[in-house]
Amino acid sequence: MSEWTRKDLLGLEELSTEEIELILSTAASFKEISTRAVKKVPTLRGKTIVLFFFEPSTRTRSSFEIAAKRLSADTLNITTSSSAIQKGETLKDTFKNIEAMQVDCIILRHSSSGIGHTLSKCVTPSIINAGDGCHEHPTQGLLDMFTIKEKKGSLNNVKVSIIGDITHSRVARSNIWGLKKLGAQVTVCGPRTLLPRDIDKLGVKVTTSLPEALKSADVINVLRIQRERQEAGLFPSLREYAIRFGVTREKLERFARKDVLVMHPGPLNRGIEITPDVADGSYSLILDQVTNGIAVRMAVLYLTLQANADGEEE
Amino acid sequence: MRLLIKNASIIDARSKRDEKADILIVDGKISSIDSGIAAKDAEVYDAKGMLAVPGFIDMHTHLREPGFEYKETILSGTQAAARGGFTTICCMPNTNPVADNQGVIEFIISQNRKAGLISVLPIGAITKAQQGKELSEIGDLKSAGAVALSDDGKGVMNAEVMRRAMEYASMVDLLVISHCEDTNLAAGGVMHEGYVSTVLGLKGIPRIAEIAMAARDIEIARFTGTRLHIAHVSCKETVELVRRAKKEGVRVSCECCPHHFTLTDEAVKDYDTNTKVNPPLREPDDLRALKDGLKDGTIDCIATDHAPHAEAEKDVEFDNAPFGITGLETALGLVMNELVCKGELTLMEMVERMSFNPARILNLDKGYIAEGADADITIIDPNKKWVVEKEAFLSKSHNSPFIGMNLTGKVIATVAAGRIVYNAAG
Amino acid sequence: MALKVKSNLMDEQMIRRTLMRISHEILERNKGTQNMGIVGIRCRGAYLAKRVAQMIKEIDGGKKVPVGVLDITLYRDDLTMIAACPVVHSTKIDFDVNDKKLVLVDDVLFTGRTIRCALDELIDMGRPECIQLAVLVDRGHRELPIRADYVGKNVPTTRDESVEVRLTEVDGKDEVILLTQEDA
Repeated sequence: MSEWTRKDLLGLEELSTEEIELILSTAASFKEISTRAVKKVPTLRGKTIVLFFFEPSTRTRSSFEIAAKRLSADTLNITTSSSAIQKGETLKDTFKNIEAMQVDCIILRHSSSGIGHTLSKCVTPSIINAGDGCHEHPTQGLLDMFTIKEKKGSLNNVKVSIIGDITHSRVARSNIWGLKKLGAQVTVCGPRTLLPRDIDKLGVKVTTSLPEALKSADVINVLRIQRERQEAGLFPSLREYAIRFGVTREKLERFARKDVLVMHPGPLNRGIEITPDVADGSYSLILDQVTNGIAVRMAVLYLTLQANADGEEE
Repeated sequence: MRLLIKNASIIDARSKRDEKADILIVDGKISSIDSGIAAKDAEVYDAKGMLAVPGFIDMHTHLREPGFEYKETILSGTQAAARGGFTTICCMPNTNPVADNQGVIEFIISQNRKAGLISVLPIGAITKAQQGKELSEIGDLKSAGAVALSDDGKGVMNAEVMRRAMEYASMVDLLVISHCEDTNLAAGGVMHEGYVSTVLGLKGIPRIAEIAMAARDIEIARFTGTRLHIAHVSCKETVELVRRAKKEGVRVSCECCPHHFTLTDEAVKDYDTNTKVNPPLREPDDLRALKDGLKDGTIDCIATDHAPHAEAEKDVEFDNAPFGITGLETALGLVMNELVCKGELTLMEMVERMSFNPARILNLDKGYIAEGADADITIIDPNKKWVVEKEAFLSKSHNSPFIGMNLTGKVIATVAAGRIVYNAAG
Repeated sequence: MALKVKSNLMDEQMIRRTLMRISHEILERNKGTQNMGIVGIRCRGAYLAKRVAQMIKEIDGGKKVPVGVLDITLYRDDLTMIAACPVVHSTKIDFDVNDKKLVLVDDVLFTGRTIRCALDELIDMGRPECIQLAVLVDRGHRELPIRADYVGKNVPTTRDESVEVRLTEVDGKDEVILLTQEDA
């Protein structure tokens, strides 16, 4: 099995197939810890992890925090309202200050694509991308893959359709990179105005027809539609979106395979991109995704912090 | 004041002169060109093995003064220009206050007189405060010394305003330079829209933002019969529009920038904010079209779009960084490296695109080497290999994606109005 | 630092006999298999634990003793000192450890640090009645106050020697060998 040498996890684009497999198999080992009476191992005792969230997030932030705590790391939460950013300090200054406090890892969510790449070059703590703009959300991609793999045994030749606002979705990008590397067949589906230019060059099938996307899929991953996109004029109304692209039980029964599985990165807009009977129904893997998210994030923290510690020794 | 440049290989596009000779300069003018000139009490510059070309003219520079002196001043900008071999530069009006009135134009001219290195010719704003609404006092701008008009930095979105600007400007014989960018189509974009922007998750600026406005402005020029110059052409379709318009007799000229024929959007992949420029770095096909356009004369000239920004301003999130690349000091190196050395342009063609054509477009009596002409001469070592170094920039800013790049061809000395204003030898 | 074989400490037959003796001792000391659980430490301790459980079942008239596997990677105190990132395998103990008599099984007892990790991990899982330790080889040089309840063979070694236990399940054959530094 390959070795892990990266101190940062910025995206799935730069990872090799072996590295992704290593994270997924490590995550499988970590999953057991969360089933114990004492859900904690001492592995990262004495490590300090800062959760730096410039965008609101409950799900991802708490998942990372639980993952860190189950590995015995100390965590600190910083959100925009409490940070110095609003006092005119640049992000780089803020990071230099955090670095000077000898923290070991920064988990970063920010609305600007690529910010992790920029900052990882100027500070030594591990940087884990928890979502940067419309670029990547690697741990979400990994936990989606983990969840599919858990149900299907392998990702090879599994057909996954990603439905919704592909243009603005970091979840879509991380999924596409990761799934393609592990041999899955990916289709993206959404309104033409929410499909980014040249997306087909990533090796995915592109369609604007939901029935088409549902037809052959083993798994469908429904993305959250943001109200702002409608306000920006990218589609006419949420009502029309729900009619054309909303995933409902009727559409699944009519077009999809009987054993199709449905995922959603959350939070849900019930009744818009997904109906409650689908989200809560037998197709749904949504809560498995949440459970698996912790194991995947524990694996990522373990691997990156270990690699960063090795680096310091040399 | 007498200066004798000895043993230089003179390349001049107007006379098509390409021969070795000495040049004697007296009181800022070229007094004679001949072999074996002997002149007592003249300062002698031995240019053996070097090229002597007409001083470069940059139609598109941002000098930042007044208002943004921390990025660049007229002094530092002209020092940088001299290092890049430019003896005349035209500065864009997007200062603070905007150069939309006589006062700012006169201020720039007077600041440059103090700097005393090269010629700085101000470009006035087309509309007041570059808002795209009301025309500036175009006649006054002309009287104060503006050589052209532009709202560079943004496109004039209202076609009616653009039409009236071009008509009014033609009355006082001022060239209108169009920054072709439909701001609605480009809104929020930070790089070229294509595969790379899709992968990086950065908002793209679609090529039609440039093409659509270039097509519109060409049609306005055709309709009004006035002259139009299109700034920083970056798309292959724009090159084709200009090519066709020229054939059809429309009075249009255009320029392109070294970074646009050197780098593609792939350069953005590392989120280096020094690659963030407007118009954005495009695709390989566009680079090909720019080179072909330069060769066949569709693109008249090479301009730098020198856009200095302070390090702290660029050292931020890609989305929040300002657009622009510092260009004066790397222009010749990139032109030599990417065009001349690779057989895209001859030295003669390079001189035409960098000296003679800009002068022709701006109606300047410059851009050539002949007896009686202004003694603006750039001395080049065409074989000199050098590395672009951050510390070496004379500009106040060094926001260049070319730092660390190996280039062939370097400016060794710059003579402006008969004086050596830059000498690499120190 | 190449190592060469100094001597063969145990062969297949001897390993089998030794494990059989340990199995008898475990039964004797605990007066049967009441409330017992056997836990092997990955990787070779896990196979030894399975063998001991099988032997106990044979001796004690077919009574099955639950067997678990412990991966101590996450409890190691030297994680930051080893060059490559150790691969994490899962711990798999399918029975409740509370109030059990646990027999922890490993191949070689050396500094005692691995056992310390295993004890911590087991105690995090619950409150066993007691934990006993069985090892195939005890080579001395303890760094912690830990001793084995059942020892297959005591082997005097120097610190720079190495004891390697090879098992059919992993290595293709059963043997225990002593390795020493190659002379320069």
